[in-house]
Amino acid sequence: MKFETPATTNPIDQLKHIGKPTPRIDGPQKTTGTAAYAYERHDRAPDAAYGHVVGATIAKGRITAIDATRARAAPGVLAVVTHQNAGKLGKGDKNTAKLLAGPEVEHYHQAVALVVAETFEQARAAAGLLRVDYAPAKGAFDLAEAKKSAEGVEDPPDSHVGDFESAFRAAEVTFDGEYTTPDQSHAMMEPHATTAAWQDGALTVWTSNQMIDWGREDLAATLGIPKVKVRLVSPFIGGGFGGKLFLRADALMAALGAKAAGRPVKVALQRPLIANNTTHRPATVQRIRIGATKDGKITAIGHETWSGNLPDGDPETAAEQTKLLYAGANRLTATKLAVLDLPEGNAMRAPGEAPGLMALEIAIDEMAEKLGLDPVEFRIRNDTQVDPAKPERPFSQRQLVECLRQGSDRFGWARREAPGKRREGRWLVGMGVAAAFRNNMTMKSGARVRLQKDGVVVVETDMTDIGTGSYTIIAQTAAETMGVPLRSVVVRLGDSAFPVSAGSGGQWGANSSTAGVYAACMKMRDVVAGKLGLDLATAEFADGRVKAGNRSHSLSDAARDGELVAEDFIEFGDLDKKYQQSTFGGHFVEVTVDAFTAEVRIRRMLAVCAAGRILNPTSARSQVIGAMTMGAGAALMEELVVDKRRGFFVNHDLAGYEVPVHADIPHQDVIFLDEVDPISSPMKAKGVGELGICGVGAAIANAVYNATGVRVRDYPITLDKLLEGMPVVA
Amino acid sequence: MRTFTYERAKSPAEAAAAASQPGARFIAGGTNLLDLMKLEIETPTHLVDVNRLGLDKIEATKDGGLRIGALVRNTDLAADKRVRKDYAVLSRALLSGASGQLRNKATTAGNLLQRTRCPYFYDPAQPCNKRSPGSGCSAIGGFSRPLAVIGVSDHCIATHPSDMAVAMRVLDAVVETVRPSGETRAIPIADFHRLPEKMPAVDTVLGTGELITAVTLPRPVGGEHVYRKVRDRASYAFALVSVAAVVQPDGGGRVAFGGVAHRPWRVEDAEAAMPRGARAVTDQVFAGAKPTGENAFKLKLAERTLAGILAEAKG
Repeated sequence: MKFETPATTNPIDQLKHIGKPTPRIDGPQKTTGTAAYAYERHDRAPDAAYGHVVGATIAKGRITAIDATRARAAPGVLAVVTHQNAGKLGKGDKNTAKLLAGPEVEHYHQAVALVVAETFEQARAAAGLLRVDYAPAKGAFDLAEAKKSAEGVEDPPDSHVGDFESAFRAAEVTFDGEYTTPDQSHAMMEPHATTAAWQDGALTVWTSNQMIDWGREDLAATLGIPKVKVRLVSPFIGGGFGGKLFLRADALMAALGAKAAGRPVKVALQRPLIANNTTHRPATVQRIRIGATKDGKITAIGHETWSGNLPDGDPETAAEQTKLLYAGANRLTATKLAVLDLPEGNAMRAPGEAPGLMALEIAIDEMAEKLGLDPVEFRIRNDTQVDPAKPERPFSQRQLVECLRQGSDRFGWARREAPGKRREGRWLVGMGVAAAFRNNMTMKSGARVRLQKDGVVVVETDMTDIGTGSYTIIAQTAAETMGVPLRSVVVRLGDSAFPVSAGSGGQWGANSSTAGVYAACMKMRDVVAGKLGLDLATAEFADGRVKAGNRSHSLSDAARDGELVAEDFIEFGDLDKKYQQSTFGGHFVEVTVDAFTAEVRIRRMLAVCAAGRILNPTSARSQVIGAMTMGAGAALMEELVVDKRRGFFVNHDLAGYEVPVHADIPHQDVIFLDEVDPISSPMKAKGVGELGICGVGAAIANAVYNATGVRVRDYPITLDKLLEGMPVVA
Repeated sequence: MRTFTYERAKSPAEAAAAASQPGARFIAGGTNLLDLMKLEIETPTHLVDVNRLGLDKIEATKDGGLRIGALVRNTDLAADKRVRKDYAVLSRALLSGASGQLRNKATTAGNLLQRTRCPYFYDPAQPCNKRSPGSGCSAIGGFSRPLAVIGVSDHCIATHPSDMAVAMRVLDAVVETVRPSGETRAIPIADFHRLPEKMPAVDTVLGTGELITAVTLPRPVGGEHVYRKVRDRASYAFALVSVAAVVQPDGGGRVAFGGVAHRPWRVEDAEAAMPRGARAVTDQVFAGAKPTGENAFKLKLAERTLAGILAEAKG
């Protein structure tokens, strides 16, 4: 199915299932421990041996020698895989650094070996006996330093609208600020994990991966075998946040280990390796300049961002939202990239917008204060309903103003006081606001639908559920389109034997994958009508029956002679060129800051979101509050600390890299505005999984400022950055 | 983890004797030791399990104090009625540490003996004088924000991570031990943890095989008991600075600091200044501090945390 013109009325609009708060259908499997995660595939690979990854202990240089003699001789050891015996390996299209080092080492904890043994303990013990000698080389590890030699990038190109520099100079009121965001780790609950098995030259990996086809492609390319020889299975994923978008060392090393050991091998990346072995969200330095008239109309807005990555790596695209979020005739965005020899920087939940809005939405707050305007009002005054660079290109839907107004009312924004003025006992209390913005991307997505003899509808697609609720919204979509109860739908996900889907990333998964399922179901309706000799155009699919004219059949009648199968995909035309598709929200946060110690504690949070049709308010809310929580971590505590001498992230475990705990997260509210977006897809939905993290960090930062009068422009906002500005105490 | 042998000791003296062999370690709750063994930071060749020595009772002492068996779990100690009533600072300190699950396993003696949480100590690939004597200190000139500001040496700036020990320090606890010879001794907690000096690998004054059997608390000192732990998140984090204080109605009292040194940090001579406010105390307590650029904030934080306690105590 090609989606080239705005959606009209279609079966999804019945809203018998879509839009209803629906508990996740895979919940019972998860709560009873029967959901099969990658490291627990005893059902498929009962005799799997255990692999333990050995990470490089230098940031850059060469392996000069590997002595595996003692490791190989250790009890239970079946194989030791290193670059010396792994055979010729390629590199996946989506990997920047190689997944198995040697002889070059590109970053700290890059895998240098896998030790395979009968038991996990034996593999770990033998790994400790492996001796690897290195010749370290000098590297660049300090973004502030490397920034001086940063260069522009092809993607995204710098953007210029009007004459930013002149307009900024001429503006009645100007603001110029620099912000920094640190490197961050995805810190998902489930480590990267894979069970791998070879049979007759074909490889199966049960793994934890957000993008099945990307992973399959890159695993085949790295191993130098045809893609058809690789099957990748990932039905359940214990969190990804972008850290599992790509083939990683667990899958490659498990595959190599299984080959070497001649039996299935499973590998879970050890927690202390994850921060440096895998990808992370890169640190940024951002400069934001805003010029406005005295009455608060933006005339110039410029956002420049610097980040670093390994050679051939990509930049953090932190300036992109600034092209679209506010009006203003003169505009500049620029993205600069430096070479850093730290681990590979890559996507983490809302790449670009998450750190970009952490900076931009503080700058907007600072500018509002300079103008003497309420920050909500300042944002509303600079709303735009069109792409500021191409005024002929409207937003498909844009309810930012409504989000901010409704949020203000619900949150009690009017009670906000001047900075440092509200005190309750030992607590300074403040409120902050920020806009949320995240583009709505769409991706081609396929699905196969089976109508069984018993009337059960089975959906198969390689779409993944990374905890987001894909199983449930796909079941809702199939139930809606086929006119069956939810319990009559079986959803099978995450297997490369199924049609290629959009996968889970960039908040494109929900809308795109359900649209693909919708397409396949519409094809199935055609097949069913044909089988029953009914007129498709007038056929009604409802309550497990198909009616047309004066005839009515049970849906299962169509499959009486055997299961029916239909397969299709959704493919998106160029509506995204005619319309800008984005999701919006308003974040409101109240914090308290201890007047003595400067500890920041969040008291309440509200997000008002406008993100198209909400397919399942239960799972969508869960996505948004999860993202708000992640944004709270980004604002207040999360930072991969770089040792600039040795070139690695020092706090590489969950004791050192602090993410929010329950006690940090108080009352959270989410409101979804009524919205349908027929430009987006037949589902009229958009993504929402990343919107919740976008802007929330700045709302917290602005609340801290409102509480204390201390402006911190360097995340995370830890108490040491506030102490100097806190009230005098006896 | 390296292979090791294991035995279950039947009496404290037997345990001490068994642990006198080279490479032996006691194991109780295992909440720290096992993690360190998995990373091969600790590589004992023999483990002596002391869980069944019957050292899990809390008893009144003749002079009106409390004797806490070495194996009393942190959860049980924090919940003990006598502790909550007369030594509330200890109960509060315990409850601010770790998690419920960990406190269920962690023991009184084990808590005293936990090792530093310096991230370089935890990365076997990095130089660390505490883990690998003579290899150097990565934290000096590196990531030092969570580390010590006073009592440091050129060899180590690690902190002791315990909350419990800080409260015990302010309560003048005494650590009772038995040596492999059968000899017992009582070590004031002030003398129990070492400063790093030239031997940061040695955390305490315990001799080889010496087993902690109990910690005794002197008779209650009254006053208001406060344990204030300041950290980057609200729970399940080590202290940036913690303050254990007993504040008397006249404004005097006692105070010890955690998160600032290789051992709980208390300077008794400074306590006379408590009625004059926090600054007067911390100026003396932290005289001679040698913070790094990254952790100098702890000095101000310690002062302000104490100021908050004193302000609330005045009510």
